[in-house]
Amino acid sequence: METGNEIIRVEGVTKEYNGGAVKALTGCNLTVQKGEVIAIIGASGSGKSTLLRCLNMLEEPTSGHIYFHGVDLADPKVDLNLHRRKMGMVFQHFNLFPHKTVMQNITLAPVFLKLKTKADAEAKASQLLKRIGLADKANEYPNMLSGGQKQRIAIVRALAMEPEVMLFDEPTSALDPEMVGEVLDLMRDLARGGMTMVVVTHEMGFAREVANRVIFMGDGKPMEEGTPDAIFNHPQSDRLRDFLSKVL
Amino acid sequence: MDWEGIFGGMSSASFFNFSFMGKYGGYILQALGYTLLLAVVSVLLAIIPALVLAIMRLSKNKIVRTISGAYIAIFRSTPLLVQLSIIYFGLFGAVRIPNTWQLFGFIPLSRFIPGVVALALNSSAYVAEIFRGGILAVDIGQTEAARSLGLPAWPAMRMVVLPQAIKNVLPALANEIITMVKESSICSTLGMAELMFAAKTVAGSTYITLAPYTIVAVIYFCINYPASKAIEAIERRMRRGDRK
Repeated sequence: METGNEIIRVEGVTKEYNGGAVKALTGCNLTVQKGEVIAIIGASGSGKSTLLRCLNMLEEPTSGHIYFHGVDLADPKVDLNLHRRKMGMVFQHFNLFPHKTVMQNITLAPVFLKLKTKADAEAKASQLLKRIGLADKANEYPNMLSGGQKQRIAIVRALAMEPEVMLFDEPTSALDPEMVGEVLDLMRDLARGGMTMVVVTHEMGFAREVANRVIFMGDGKPMEEGTPDAIFNHPQSDRLRDFLSKVL
Repeated sequence: MDWEGIFGGMSSASFFNFSFMGKYGGYILQALGYTLLLAVVSVLLAIIPALVLAIMRLSKNKIVRTISGAYIAIFRSTPLLVQLSIIYFGLFGAVRIPNTWQLFGFIPLSRFIPGVVALALNSSAYVAEIFRGGILAVDIGQTEAARSLGLPAWPAMRMVVLPQAIKNVLPALANEIITMVKESSICSTLGMAELMFAAKTVAGSTYITLAPYTIVAVIYFCINYPASKAIEAIERRMRRGDRK
């Protein structure tokens, strides 16, 4: 099922709530190639977060398939835990573990899952913290950190698993404006380093500058997609033009 | 203290005829120990089954959920006295504990164990609901973050959700001990020599009909009221800590 550099392929994914009364996704198709940075944009309620959360099965699709390296994650027989390790996820509200120090937040999963020894995991965590300039926060608890620091540490926590793809669910939406920049800078760094990324975002500047491909969601499915230039400078559908006129 | 001299002249139906205290004070104190032991041991024993029930109650599997729900419904919807009687005469009618086995020299295990088992089974239904509430109060994002890192369901629960839930439920758990201090008085009906039983015994043997109950009420109050106030204070401090 795998072709070349394809990491994720979404086929005909739908998601319904309340027995079909609410249709969040109405038939999504999408591929993610290695090294790609994909920005998913769209109005709120268009299903962009739902689609992203389906990629690592935090949201179970009502129908359709999600292939990760050719393995269908929507198949109940698949061990999701093995595949989720390879898909880092960053949340709008950070979701750091408040009862663990920064260091423990980062090393918990790799050590528990025996991917690294405690010493190796801590060395790796220290290196990552140093890279984002927060080495001195290793033994702090999350409630001592600013929103921007929390989100950067949440990104580091995901990176510590050495994922093949990073999923970002509106990573700057809960931040005070003056902290958005530091998080976007880190994400830009990751993109430059060749990380495969899928980013649900309201930051059009970031989408335009960093993404290789922009997907505009409407009515629960990708409505228009293309290069940032095509999407932002030559929108085809009225819906996208309308959306851009409101957010730009 | 000369209890006899101070209270001896009072009527046997007086609220405050404490003339029996010289002779029975020690006995009542011992009964207080029995009551506290019943309450604390029951709630401690209830914690693990309650946790299992709470997690079952939150399971995706409908059968597992139903089993736990049925247990909780049965124990919350029938009187403790009925449960105690069924367990004492039914379960421990079949499994006999020798009369000679004693705890601290004054608590016969043949009565204490059935009492504790009944109270613990009952309490576990209530504590399960406390735990369920505590687990649900932890932001779902915590579970999602843990699962997205590849942690399986139980490790995510154990290492991420439960430590945060436990903190939420400690005050409610302490309140459950207070409830059990009071509820355990029901064990007097089966001859367990806790506070209520002591009051009945003293009233029966001294013909002072009211004051033994007064003194027992005062003892219950002096244990439970300060304890509940202390829990409230701890709760207030914990809330202040959360807001930060």
